[in-house]
Amino acid sequence: MITYALFFGFACFALGLLLNLYRLAKGPSVADRVLALDTMVINGIALLVLYGVAQGTAVYFEAALLFAMVGFITTVAFCRFILRGDIIE
Amino acid sequence: MDWLVELLLSAVIVFGGIFGLVGSYGLAKLPDLMSRLHGPTKATTLGVGSVLIASIIFMLWDQSTLTVHELLITIFLFLTAPITANFIAKSFLHRHGQSELKLPETGSECGWASFDKPPSADDDEPSSLTIPRRHGK
Repeated sequence: MITYALFFGFACFALGLLLNLYRLAKGPSVADRVLALDTMVINGIALLVLYGVAQGTAVYFEAALLFAMVGFITTVAFCRFILRGDIIE
Repeated sequence: MDWLVELLLSAVIVFGGIFGLVGSYGLAKLPDLMSRLHGPTKATTLGVGSVLIASIIFMLWDQSTLTVHELLITIFLFLTAPITANFIAKSFLHRHGQSELKLPETGSECGWASFDKPPSADDDEPSSLTIPRRHGK
């Protein structure tokens, strides 16, 4: 039963990644693209965690934690650059 | 007992998958950025949170070890999602604000953030930086 649920989860988050990619390519403003990147990072974290469950190992959680931190810092840096034209003043 | 845990795990994973998909679909579908912000910041965060909780339950059940990493990731994501949403909304207002959007009144002394200076203690009259104040008093 877990196998099928995992397949369903993988399919959902992969489809979500494709939708985010569509928004990243199309999205009229810069903020849309930043938001799409942020959501892609979140979906990637979900995929990593699901893969960890599927493999039955705890190795992938460190990767997911690093991914979360780098994604947050990236988003803040992008927005900071849009707002101020500079990242560290 | 095993059957029950499997059912719980599957339900939580399916729940998370549906919410993640709904959030991403909202990001692709909704008409403008201010409404698009709602999908990823609420639905997708909930989806990821439930996937991480499923992972905690799985590790507790399968290998009988309580891992705290997932809890850390969950807390981190739930803390940072509102901050990123606020930052993105502010940068959107900064680039497309006042002239293109019809912003509603703020209902307070001060105008919208990133247009008006926030009121401070030693400042009698909050001065607007770029635009005239729009609320009539």
